[in-house]
Amino acid sequence: MKVLTINTEECTGCKLCELACSFVKAGSFNPLNSAIKIYYFDKNLEFVPLVCTQCRDAYCVKVCPTGSLYRNPETGVVEYNKALCIMCKQCMMACPWGSIKPNLTSDAMIKCDHCGGDPECVKYCPQGALLYVEVEDAVYFKQRETATKYLRGE
Amino acid sequence: MKYRGELLRINLTDKNIIREKLKADIFFNYLWGRGYASKLLLDEMNPAVDPLSPENKLIFALGPFAGTPLPATSRMMVVTKGALNGLIASSNVGGYFPFELQHAGYTLIVIEGKADNPVYIWINDETVEIRDASHLWGKTTSEVDALLKDETHPEAKTVEIGPAGEKLSRIAAIIIDAHRAAGRTGVGAVMGSKNLKAIAVRGTRGVSVISSQRLKDYLTKIYERVKKSGGVTMFRTYGTTRTVRAINSIGAFPTHNHRDGFFDEYLLIDGENVNKEILVRNGSCAGCPIACNRISKVYWKGEEYVGGGPEYETLWAFGGQTGISDLHAVTYAHFLANEYGFDGISLGSTIAALMDLFESGIIGEDNLPFPVKFGDAEAMINLIHLAAKREGIGDLIAEGSYELTKHFGHPKFSMSVKKQELPAYDPRGVKGMGLAYATSNRGGCHVRAFTVTEEVYNTDDPEYRLKYDDKALIVKELQDKQAVVDSLGICSFARTIYGVDDFSEMLEVTWDIDLSPEKLLKCGERIWNVERLFNVRAGFTREHDTLPERLFKEAIKTGPSKGEIYDKREFEKLLFEYYRLRGWDENGVPREKKLKELGII
Repeated sequence: MKVLTINTEECTGCKLCELACSFVKAGSFNPLNSAIKIYYFDKNLEFVPLVCTQCRDAYCVKVCPTGSLYRNPETGVVEYNKALCIMCKQCMMACPWGSIKPNLTSDAMIKCDHCGGDPECVKYCPQGALLYVEVEDAVYFKQRETATKYLRGE
Repeated sequence: MKYRGELLRINLTDKNIIREKLKADIFFNYLWGRGYASKLLLDEMNPAVDPLSPENKLIFALGPFAGTPLPATSRMMVVTKGALNGLIASSNVGGYFPFELQHAGYTLIVIEGKADNPVYIWINDETVEIRDASHLWGKTTSEVDALLKDETHPEAKTVEIGPAGEKLSRIAAIIIDAHRAAGRTGVGAVMGSKNLKAIAVRGTRGVSVISSQRLKDYLTKIYERVKKSGGVTMFRTYGTTRTVRAINSIGAFPTHNHRDGFFDEYLLIDGENVNKEILVRNGSCAGCPIACNRISKVYWKGEEYVGGGPEYETLWAFGGQTGISDLHAVTYAHFLANEYGFDGISLGSTIAALMDLFESGIIGEDNLPFPVKFGDAEAMINLIHLAAKREGIGDLIAEGSYELTKHFGHPKFSMSVKKQELPAYDPRGVKGMGLAYATSNRGGCHVRAFTVTEEVYNTDDPEYRLKYDDKALIVKELQDKQAVVDSLGICSFARTIYGVDDFSEMLEVTWDIDLSPEKLLKCGERIWNVERLFNVRAGFTREHDTLPERLFKEAIKTGPSKGEIYDKREFEKLLFEYYRLRGWDENGVPREKKLKELGII
């Protein structure tokens, strides 16, 4: 199972992930129609991208009255079927992270579905701040860094 | 053609707000950004007006790709009659404001008139308000940025002036998002003269281009190129800071107010040391994969400061030019310039001119609150504070180096062309830059024709930079090309990614606009001539197209360009050759034939 991981230290706040996502999800360049969102902390110029965590027991799926949100058992991704959606926005209220929201320009929700296994945001991230990796590899680099520190006796 | 651009015209005198469609006959001939705005200025305004009068107009102009992921295409030009010298000014800047402005639906903002009291403008998509700013007056730029986000929207992006612009300093900048500067030619004073403290913008409308497979393919292709570009990697790793080493190594790094062209202590302010000592991380402009911006942390008098910068130009202006090698002090000076809203190049070089006057014995301690010797970091920082308050000698510093040195009777100590302080490439060591400085439409500036690439990097001849040769042609061609780059809102550093051929393709796949590379370059020449025409009508002529006397008379003393001067006779030859190539007369005035050929008259 693959996960979308974020390395905030590498993010430069360039917004390319937001543009790429909104283009594929909503057909125009608009960060407000992107499933991934960068938060800016101006005082120290820090940037933190946020994206759907694909919860296993997802609140959005639980509250959806029509079954338009459902978990794909193979990939673990919570997917969205627009045809069944009645735009009640219960999912938006229920998500604790703010990861699902309505499309500003059409009657649909914006939901991260990893673009079916080839996320656009990752393709456009020039800094390697976004990675799409097998879940067991997601911690590999952090572990290696820790191991290196041990080796150097830090 | 799917393109629809909108212009927002705001008159601060009568509070009128008008929306206009961009005119196709203008953008097909003058493009967008700098070109469109220059054409508007020439058509709508008398070039002879006082730059600080309500008759002057202040234009913020974007290119046609702003707000898209086409790499490094969301730059903004601030176009007006500059307060520093009365030339047509265009000052380029990135950050997030330009991107946000396009997402609110506007490609140009034209500010006219003058408000009775301090105001700011709040643009929230189609809602545009002129609001009271009396509570913001006197505040520094980061304070204004934070307060505006509280008052409007946390995601709003801002442009603002600091105390320098309010006090009409002729070297005042307009600051973007608190950390970036439309620095040159005194655009901040023009904004201050209109009682306009800031503009905040929030855009939710997005940019709807042609959503085609061709655009997707083009984006894929261009991002592959970004990944492979060595230039991109260099800018990402060092920003512009490693240029210190590169330019000092050819002996063209002006030092001690151009007394020399080589700085012994250069390693202390070079990119390697920036990365090691003060760099926290990279930042970027919206929509840019290069991310050249430095975010640094420095200490001054035990206090910690975090901000955007430094850049090559400020490492030089507050470093080599003043003879200071304390990286923390130099970077802190850059931060202060942004906080107070000064142009870093002009401020640093003006302080260097003052140091030169002092060390030459022209002024003594009776003129100054403290001694101002080359290399004295504390004196420099204190002078910046005084300049922001316009207190004592600071009042003269705020007028720029020309007025300062003239006040003391020695204007030749001002290292400026048309009163604008020269940037960090010594023409004695890179001859093409001399002609580029002398003929730049906004006074001493390196970005209208950056000949260094041709003279140093794209040649096998290590002596080529010291020859006069064909430099007139190089300057002319680079000026025309740069006018295209600026008028499409493209960052100069994207030159490592794409060229004019790409621009044509981008216009086609994004907006279905047909402009061949040849037509684009013709637009560039047209823009250059329109700007020159503005300057001619503002009273500028051949006598102003020159260099500071020191560069003609005093040789570089040490380093690889030791013994080099700028030969005056060679300069005159280059200038006349340049006029000939331009189709201008011997006084530098565009001939009627040329203006007709370009369709300007």
